[in-house]
Amino acid sequence: MTGDLILRVISKLLMPFMLMFALYVQFHGDFGPGGGFQAGVIAAAMVIFYAIVFGLPATRRLLPDRLVETMIGLGVLVYAGVGIAGLLLGGNFLDYFVLDHDPVHGQHRGIFWVEIGVAITVSGVMLKVFYMFAGRKLDEPDQ
Amino acid sequence: MAALVVVMAVQRDLFAIVVLGSIYSFLMASALVALDAVDVAMTEASVGAGISTVLLLGALHLTRGAAAARPQRLLAPLAVSVCVAAALVYGTLGLPAFSDPQAAIHTHVVPRYLNDSLRETGVPNVVTAVLASYRGYDTFGETTVVFTAGAGVIALLRRSRRREGGESA
Repeated sequence: MTGDLILRVISKLLMPFMLMFALYVQFHGDFGPGGGFQAGVIAAAMVIFYAIVFGLPATRRLLPDRLVETMIGLGVLVYAGVGIAGLLLGGNFLDYFVLDHDPVHGQHRGIFWVEIGVAITVSGVMLKVFYMFAGRKLDEPDQ
Repeated sequence: MAALVVVMAVQRDLFAIVVLGSIYSFLMASALVALDAVDVAMTEASVGAGISTVLLLGALHLTRGAAAARPQRLLAPLAVSVCVAAALVYGTLGLPAFSDPQAAIHTHVVPRYLNDSLRETGVPNVVTAVLASYRGYDTFGETTVVFTAGAGVIALLRRSRRREGGESA
C-alpha cells in the first residue's frame, strides 16, 4: 500500500487536521464534549492511520517503542502527581482547590493536568497494543 | 441495528463480521448523539468503530482464523440466550421510566452537579467536571486500569515472541 500516491498525499493532507482535532478535543473538553480519553484515542488513531499507509517501520522511527512505553507510565504518573501536589499543598489526595490561590482556578489547573495524564496513557496504550499486533505480523513470514 | 445484529449472527465470514461490527458501532454512536450523550458517542465512534476494528482485523490476519463449523445442536444455546434476554428485560421493568425527573438517580447528587459545578469548578461541561473533579478518584482508577491492560498486553505478547527465539526489540 506504500506505493499508492493518492493515498499518501491525501493522508498527509488529512493528518494535521486529525491531530488538530485531537488537541481541540483535549483542550476544549472543558467547554464542549470530549476530554482526555477521547483525545488520546483520536491521536492514537492518527498514528495508526499513518502506520497503515506508510508502514510500521516508518512509524517506529517517528514514535519509537521506548517513547510509547514511557507514555503509558507517564500519564498515570502525571495523574498521580496532581494528586500528590494537592497533598503537598495541604489538601487531600486529588484535591484541586489548593493548586491555586483562587479555588476555581485551582480546579481548572487540576482538571487540565489530569486530562493530559489520561490522554497520554490512553494514546500510549492504544499505540503499544497496535504496535504489538502489527509487529507480530511483520516477523511472521520469516519463520 | 437489529437487522445488522441478525446479519452478524447468520454471517459465517469473520472479516464481514468485523466490518459489520464496525458499522454497528457507528450506528450506536449516532444513537448516542441522538440521546445527547456526545462524549460517549465520541468514544464509541473512535474506539468501537476505529481502533478495535483495526485490532480485530490485525488479529484476524495473524491467526488466519475461520469461523468454527456451524454447531449441530442449536436448541440448548437458543434456550439459554432466550432465558437471559427474558431475565434482562424483566430487570429493566424495575428501572424508572426514561428521563423521569423523579428517578432516584436524579434526586441525590445530580442537582448539585448541574446547579453548582460551574461555580465550584469553573468548567462549563458538566461531564468533564464530574469525571475529572467530583469523581477524580474513579477516573484515576480508570487510567490505572488502562495502564494495567497495556502492561498485560505487553507482557503477554512479548513473552511469546521471545519463546519463538526471535526477540529483537
